[in-house]
Amino acid sequence: MKWIRQRLDKIKEPFSKGKKYEKFAPAINALDTFLFVPNHTTQKGAHVRDAVDLKRVMITVVIALIPALIFGIWNAGYQYLSQIQEQVGFWEAMGEGAIKVLPMVAVSYAVGLGIEFAFAVFRGHEVNEGYLVTGLLIPMVMPVDIPLWMVAVSVVFAVLIGKEAFGGTGMNILNPALTARAFAFFAYPTYMSGNGVWVSEASELDAVSGETILGKLAAGTDVPYNTMDMFSGLIPGSIAETSTICILAGALLLVLTKVGSWRIIVSGFLGAACMAFIFNLLGGSYPNNDLMNFPWYNHLVIGGLAFGVVFMATDPVSAAQTYKGKWIYGFLIGLFAVMIRIFNPAYPEGIMLAILLMNVFAPTIDHYVIQGNIKKRKKRVKAQVKTAV
Amino acid sequence: MAQENNNTQMSEKEAKKKEMILFLSSSEEKESFLSKQNLKLLSDPLNDDNPITVQVLGICSALAITVQLQAAVVMSLAVMVVMAFSNMIISLMRNLIPSRIRIIVQLVVVAALVILVDQVLKAFLYDLSKQLSVFVGLIITNCIVMGRLEAFALGNGIYKSFLDGIGNAAGYGIILVIVAFFRELLGSGKLWGIEVLGHKGATMAESTGLYALGYENNGLMLLAPMALIIVGIVIWIQRSRNRKLIEEA
Repeated sequence: MKWIRQRLDKIKEPFSKGKKYEKFAPAINALDTFLFVPNHTTQKGAHVRDAVDLKRVMITVVIALIPALIFGIWNAGYQYLSQIQEQVGFWEAMGEGAIKVLPMVAVSYAVGLGIEFAFAVFRGHEVNEGYLVTGLLIPMVMPVDIPLWMVAVSVVFAVLIGKEAFGGTGMNILNPALTARAFAFFAYPTYMSGNGVWVSEASELDAVSGETILGKLAAGTDVPYNTMDMFSGLIPGSIAETSTICILAGALLLVLTKVGSWRIIVSGFLGAACMAFIFNLLGGSYPNNDLMNFPWYNHLVIGGLAFGVVFMATDPVSAAQTYKGKWIYGFLIGLFAVMIRIFNPAYPEGIMLAILLMNVFAPTIDHYVIQGNIKKRKKRVKAQVKTAV
Repeated sequence: MAQENNNTQMSEKEAKKKEMILFLSSSEEKESFLSKQNLKLLSDPLNDDNPITVQVLGICSALAITVQLQAAVVMSLAVMVVMAFSNMIISLMRNLIPSRIRIIVQLVVVAALVILVDQVLKAFLYDLSKQLSVFVGLIITNCIVMGRLEAFALGNGIYKSFLDGIGNAAGYGIILVIVAFFRELLGSGKLWGIEVLGHKGATMAESTGLYALGYENNGLMLLAPMALIIVGIVIWIQRSRNRKLIEEA
């Protein structure tokens, strides 16, 4: 440990104040504080500094994402290989998936962190650590076969327009990872939706059913998967969104470490369940609408709903801040996600648009929750004054 | 006797009027045609006082007709004609218009000019006028036109108003052209209708230029939100270069 510290100090030397590379100090400081908790002390006031700073918080989310990522890598390989051969070995699928997925992760981090470092040097502040999570989330919500340059362009858009334009980490209105996905979705629709993108090289293999369950439902074709398949994630879809089990494992870590808000996660699922249940009840009068008659519990485990609610809706920057607001915010995300799924066949998966929409409304929700609280307390004071008189 | 008296009164009034006119015109004539101040009327709207990026007027048409460069250029020329002449006409009438009905008078003038422009476009550029469709008619409601009439033409001389109209329309046009340039280039791979990035065939093998390398057009560029985002980027760049535009928080 001490050895690493000494080495780092030696490397850092030319970057310190008044030295040759002073301008690039943010870059080296970012690496330094990433490895070691900085020994800042608060100068004024009685503030206790926790060792868990923003970098440690972000790393927790990255760790929570790892089960879903590993499953996603394996599933990407498995979905592809199972179309062309009978037996698929575990490592075979992992290898195949890794070839597809890891370059996407690498491109996302390289481009995104490049912009972050450039802005840090240019604006003279420290590197924002927010991109650690965003950079991993972006490839995880993309289809397997999307060209790498499209990933790069989406990352540029998300970091520049979604984040830096608003002032960097902590200032963004929209979740940057979803901004990237929404950008790719609208800019390159043929690569982001349809039946040829979810399984690798599906368009080149004959007789491959590469459609997602939601796509099949919207098109009115049969769904060859049961609830257990959907829950475990052996279905085509964006890289890491398919396995609800792995996502819930990540959710557990987020909730236990209090990094993610359990209120948003619970209310998100609750909202989706309620909406889907209502549509199930109405579905009797529309026997031809497969999406409406799709059982509500299945709605919770397919598509990106679980992934979105657990990892994206809980983004502390763009979510509602008040406890009551979090309940409303999460509930409406689930509700809108299912509503968009069922009513708009052009957008088979509604969770992306639902979260972005609620991101925009989160400050409004907070405002009214706070105003309501102020009113309540004023009333209480009035009542107390009255009884006192 | 009475008539004579009347005559002298009239002549006195007329003399005063003449004096006023002389005073007014001489104060205007003092400046040369392209004096510094007049040039400023032309150049200010291009940067420091841009109607779109600084005053944030006329955003609606900036979103609607910037998918193609050609349409944007024709649109800004149409706006330029309308603004220059409406500014001139209103400035000419500025002392005659009762202020209570000035908006209606302005609308009539602008509408007449817009119809003229529309007819000309229909006669000589039929395809393009179809493409611009309702947006030429909507120049009537373009906030920049009304804004300049209210803010400038009602209080300034004819020549200055004319320059102000040209300048503001140019400021509007330059943003339109910048936005349309990026939207057409990235959205459909063309500039002025010419395929500058190569031809996109049905398959990659049939394509040429960038498309043969797997490049794809950006569909989002064709949607209105992207125009707003590009305008936002232009504002961002402009303000980071021109610090005095940044408002105090």
